[in-house]
Amino acid sequence: MQFIWTVAWRLLREGRFQSVLILSGVTLGVAVVVYITAIVNGLQANLINKTLSTQAHIVLRPADEDNRAVVNQAWVLSDVQKRTQRERTLRDWTASRDLALATPEVKHSAALASGPAFAVKGGVRKSVSLMGVELDDYQRIVPLQEKLRAGRLALPNGSVMIGVELAEDLGLKVGDRLRFDAGGDREESFTISGILDFGLKDLNRRWVLLPLRAAQSLLGHPLEITELYLTVDDLFHADQTALRVAARTGLKAESWIESNAQLMTALRSQRASSTMIRVFVMIAVAFGIASVLVVSVVQRQREIGILRAMGTPSSRIMWIFLLQGGMVGLVGSAAGSLLGAAIASGFSRLAAQPDGTPLFPVDLSPELFISTALTATLVGVLSALAPARRAARLDPVEAIRYG
Amino acid sequence: MANVLELQAIRKQYGGGNAPIVEVLHGIDFSLQEGEFVALTGPSGSGKSTLLNLMGLLERPSQGELLIAEQATSPLDDNQRTALRNRYLGFVFQFHHLLPAFSAMENVLMPMFAGQGKRTRAMEERALFLLERVGLAAHAHKKPVQLSGGQQQRVAIVRALANQPRLVLADEPTGNLDSQTADEVFQLMRSINQQDGVTFLIVTHDPRLAARTDREINLVDGQIARDIHQPI
Repeated sequence: MQFIWTVAWRLLREGRFQSVLILSGVTLGVAVVVYITAIVNGLQANLINKTLSTQAHIVLRPADEDNRAVVNQAWVLSDVQKRTQRERTLRDWTASRDLALATPEVKHSAALASGPAFAVKGGVRKSVSLMGVELDDYQRIVPLQEKLRAGRLALPNGSVMIGVELAEDLGLKVGDRLRFDAGGDREESFTISGILDFGLKDLNRRWVLLPLRAAQSLLGHPLEITELYLTVDDLFHADQTALRVAARTGLKAESWIESNAQLMTALRSQRASSTMIRVFVMIAVAFGIASVLVVSVVQRQREIGILRAMGTPSSRIMWIFLLQGGMVGLVGSAAGSLLGAAIASGFSRLAAQPDGTPLFPVDLSPELFISTALTATLVGVLSALAPARRAARLDPVEAIRYG
Repeated sequence: MANVLELQAIRKQYGGGNAPIVEVLHGIDFSLQEGEFVALTGPSGSGKSTLLNLMGLLERPSQGELLIAEQATSPLDDNQRTALRNRYLGFVFQFHHLLPAFSAMENVLMPMFAGQGKRTRAMEERALFLLERVGLAAHAHKKPVQLSGGQQQRVAIVRALANQPRLVLADEPTGNLDSQTADEVFQLMRSINQQDGVTFLIVTHDPRLAARTDREINLVDGQIARDIHQPI
């Protein structure tokens, strides 16, 4: 081993120009890979994060109500219209919740009683979406801490939290009273305990968070809920988990992947194209390493011949060049990782928002560097394979005579 | 006395396939005894280099058997031949062929290092001892380019001795040295031969040099023309 290391290192060090050339190639290649990966991963994580900051991973709703054919089975119906789905509720929802939570991949759950209402203030009626929640449960699904703009994060009896746009439209501040009309003579006044920014104007205008009990009675179905929100361990398999939960509970389960199908498609194609770029860059790097090593084998023919003549086994000659490939890959990946990381963080600083915070964080995780180093080293060894075999097979007589 | 090397009816052919077959050596028989100091002479094209490569286990004969330390070499595979070469044989080439990336001392210990795969203190001590013997201890850490031609060839000679070989094969060892340096290098080999009892086979086309050896084997057209033990 020591012999292989020593000779591999000395030959690299002695062939300075070639070594610098080959190392710069690997460094640049790895830098491109690290840069692209960091940017794309950061961008995607940020997009998913933003998307999921107001959504559950899986939403459970009552199963659709289907029309039952009243005609004879022998008839063929030319057109069956789906019936209008009434606002349906989950009656015995604690059982469904327990079933859902018993699914291994499901982490948290939160019950929601939601429905339409008007917010009434000084003769102005604004259409809003009442969302009755147990605040602690709900926060495990939709974190509210950083969304709070005024007041506090609490929903004591008789209080609501509203979005910033609604507060502005109606001229409301924390502590003010607001009346909600849910139709059918069901009206109630609440005190505003907090004002939230959900990140989307439309949501800020419509969403009203209130205690679950209050929402249930205002919407006219005490003890019943409309949705169960769930979070899962593995975001990207939420669709499969949804199928399992649906099967267990008999409810309709929709994952965030289905409700954001376009986003997912965009993310997937972005990921695929960045993978393509990375693969081709690594192939180019491999060709670079291989071609420089081939030249180096030819140039060092005579030295290889001498080493063989003095009794160096050909397997050791082969390992010398494999090791050189590995060394170049490893050292190049270290330098390339630094360079790529520097460019990526430079870019994220350049693409900053007006307030100076980056538009999205670049993902410079240790896993990225470790996997890049491993890949580059492997690519180095593999691309050294052909030159190394060539070196091992050199006929010492010819190598010494003509080298 | 024991045979260090024995050639039995060695033939070597090249070519085959589309190329015409050329026989370079037509049945060579001789043996080298321990402690001999032998010159192999002959005009260019007589097969000297081929014979040297066969004796150095760098090539295989087409026919015949070659024994090293009384061991037949034809049944051995390449790795075994490499190991045998490492233990029993030393090489000195015409153009000294030191490894430029390594110091004089490292060049000398290289046959030991290459054979065993790891470097030990004992190897370094032996390398330094050998360099001291040829008056180059002070240059032990210099790279080959920093040494003169004669110094390089002396390093190459002690490198051949690193593994305490039974036989040193030297291919025109003084070929590109001026006559005074050539004489010094020749004297060095002679003294090693006399002190250590290492067998030397020196390929040369310098008749004055050949005349100063114990035995001259003269090769003409792939056959031994003369094999004379010379009185000193």
